[in-house]
Amino acid sequence: MTKTNLSRRQFIQTAAAATGGLMLGFHIPVSKAAISMAKPIASMPEGVEINAWLSIDPSGLVTIRIPHTEMGQGGITSVAMLIAEELDVEWAKIQCVFADANRHVRNNKEYIVMSTHGSQLVRLQHPHLMQAGASARERLKEAAAQAWGVQRSALEAKQGVLRSGNRTGTYAEFATAASKIKLDKEPAIKTPDQWTLLGKPKQRMDIPHKVDGSAQYAIDTRIPGMVYAAVKASPAPWGTLKSYDFDAIKNRPGVIAAVELKAVPGKRGQPDMQNAVAVVADSWWRAKTALELMPIEWDAGVAAKTSNSSYYAEGRRALDTKGTITKDDPKAIEIIAASKKVISADYERPFETHARMEPINATVHVQKDRVDVWSPTQDQSSAVLLVAEQLNVDPKNVFAHTMYLGGGFGGNGAGGTAVTRQAAEISKQVGRPVKVLWSREEDIAQDKQRPMGLARLSASIGENGLPTAVFTRAAWFTQDKMNQVGPATADYPIFEMPYKFPQRHHDRHNLFTHIPSSTHRAPGANQMGFMQESFIDELAIAGGWNPLDWRIEMTKDLPDYQLVLKTLKEKAGFRTDLPKGQGMGVAVVECHGTIAAACATVTVSRRGELAIEKVVIVLDAGHVINPHAAAEQAEGSVVWEMSHAWLGGLELEKGQFTNTNFDTYNLMRINQAPQVETYFASSGGKKWGGLGEPAGPPTPPAVANAIWYATGKRVRSTPFVSHDLSWT
Amino acid sequence: MALSLDINNATHSVDVEPETPMLWVLRDTIGLTGTKYGCGIAACGACTIHLDGQPVRACQTPASAAVGKKITTIEGLSKDKKHPVQQAWMEIGVPQCGYCQSGQIMSAAALLSKRRDPSDLEIDAAMSGNICRCGTYQRIRQAVHLAAKKSNL
Repeated sequence: MTKTNLSRRQFIQTAAAATGGLMLGFHIPVSKAAISMAKPIASMPEGVEINAWLSIDPSGLVTIRIPHTEMGQGGITSVAMLIAEELDVEWAKIQCVFADANRHVRNNKEYIVMSTHGSQLVRLQHPHLMQAGASARERLKEAAAQAWGVQRSALEAKQGVLRSGNRTGTYAEFATAASKIKLDKEPAIKTPDQWTLLGKPKQRMDIPHKVDGSAQYAIDTRIPGMVYAAVKASPAPWGTLKSYDFDAIKNRPGVIAAVELKAVPGKRGQPDMQNAVAVVADSWWRAKTALELMPIEWDAGVAAKTSNSSYYAEGRRALDTKGTITKDDPKAIEIIAASKKVISADYERPFETHARMEPINATVHVQKDRVDVWSPTQDQSSAVLLVAEQLNVDPKNVFAHTMYLGGGFGGNGAGGTAVTRQAAEISKQVGRPVKVLWSREEDIAQDKQRPMGLARLSASIGENGLPTAVFTRAAWFTQDKMNQVGPATADYPIFEMPYKFPQRHHDRHNLFTHIPSSTHRAPGANQMGFMQESFIDELAIAGGWNPLDWRIEMTKDLPDYQLVLKTLKEKAGFRTDLPKGQGMGVAVVECHGTIAAACATVTVSRRGELAIEKVVIVLDAGHVINPHAAAEQAEGSVVWEMSHAWLGGLELEKGQFTNTNFDTYNLMRINQAPQVETYFASSGGKKWGGLGEPAGPPTPPAVANAIWYATGKRVRSTPFVSHDLSWT
Repeated sequence: MALSLDINNATHSVDVEPETPMLWVLRDTIGLTGTKYGCGIAACGACTIHLDGQPVRACQTPASAAVGKKITTIEGLSKDKKHPVQQAWMEIGVPQCGYCQSGQIMSAAALLSKRRDPSDLEIDAAMSGNICRCGTYQRIRQAVHLAAKKSNL
């Protein structure tokens, strides 16, 4: 349970206080809201609200309000499944709409949590979502029990029908009465052995909207009277705007205004604005073209001296000096210093960017008595608060509309990035609804990036070929103290390595950069997993061990690791004796409570061309509620991580990024994508891990380890494409 | 200057600069938002539409170049998601975030109009201009094969 979860007692009070069926989208044209449903319906649902999460209409149609966002991770379907499991209703009788973020804020976090991040929708939110369904079911039963003069315990509720002896009635018949019932005690939610719906694969409910162009993303928002803004912020983040010449472009067709946006000194968090200038016009194309033609002068300040190579040099120097200790066994350093056999290696990774396919955008309409916001955020309730703060208005008057997200990947949290503030500010200044859209170049240049990082790993090897002590030192480039301990930069995978090292020393440096950082799918694990698990192969092989057997041996007291690694051994057929040019590699990384292991099979041509043939993934998340969506997430995570490790890497020159579109910042394409096979080795019990991210981190090291077997070359930095992998 | 465009079998008269990319004419002038902006430089394929049946990137196609041609967008590919590619996409559950999928589907539909039963290599060649950041590639490959089967029934 999270801190934000309510106790049962609080739950009853909260649910009882929620009266009135405020449906999503009542104040905007229905066709413009992102609505998802199990089957098409002609109009917005009417019905009786049983609690904030659901209503039932006279035909028995259940409308579930989804407090979370849909980025393709199956959030809509997961919430519907969790509630339907308890409510016990026909799957075909369910439709979903997004919950109202304003209601959540106005009614003191009515939906408990609206943010969607950290692979936590299912693992952390399932108790209160299932509770909402269970509570509604018991209230329906109580309403029927009272009408029929029987005890509630004598009633059965199944697939939308209430039954006691010969008497039957539908949920719809008793919905109105149930909405007035207060339960003395909330029912317990089902345990996994009682599930009938959860755990079985379900096709995602959002898919039909995503094959005909009808799914509405924030970028698709169209409001009567709307104008468009293109924005340019300082190319070197946090630089200052020296001058711009609006006169040079103001007579171009459709151009309306230029608006200067100012960073607030000291405010450099995820949703804070850079110094920037916007051009507003009657179409985005006209705004963007005019902006590109407008003379603008920037001052990058001291950041102008930074580059990838200056940062790597600084990071390498840091690896030679003592850092802040995260774990320190008394003899670790001593043992390594005295050992005859020590393996040591340095690893490096550049900045990476989210590059969600939907470029960053937001539409805001500032009106006299209310503000409406359409933004691609992973947390629409934060968007309400963010805009309220920016405009200094009461959050009760801010309405954030949940839209489908064209990818999130950790980059759209905290209310949807600085673009939301920009749109609020511009709408206020021009007095019209405005859609701010960042060009792809702006999207990459101004993203909150995954930090650049380096690490040194050393270990001493004993008689049996196993390590006697381990030493690691990480160095991260982060923008400020706030981010130094945040998950974006956490080296937890290293200092929490599951392997039974007799002695260990871990420390780290936080080095300053002006580049803003943020969470990035599988934060921490995504960078460190590669460094840690590549080094583990170096260590195991130096000790004469098969790397998979080494991992099994070094986690022998951890049953969940044993389950995952032994399943991988059985499913992947890992072998070390393939002909040169072919190789297999393994790795295991824990992230968001889930253990993920990967086995990659690669071929490398003599000329050094890499092909990733296949990746087998084994996951232990404890439980899996929708294996279909979970497998999709594993497949996607593999491609996501390999994109960065193989092809990615932002290039910084004079304080600004130079590869800011897909011709130079390369992402994996279909001809490069491996076949992914996913297996769930679920340990069950009280463990609930996330599934949206963890399959990513073990993939790059599995591929790097496979490359070593194929070529004899050890890849210690990314992107792999920058290494000569040729062999003879 | 008003241009006359034939989009999804309807004639639209639009008043835009002739060099305006079709992407913005479709999205902002006409309101067909199914065609997506991804990169603006024809490097990602999110804006793929058909001009006389040929797949093109709308972000690099000036409106003037589309005059006199039959323009098809995702909204005009079929009525009620009946195109075999759309059917296969739903059956396999291809889309995740879905943002790139209009472009993926338009590329796949154009491929199948030329190749009844494409091989994996042909699929890779025809589809490698379309980036999917969610990484749905293996399902795309599977769904193109399924769509080919459905088309040949």
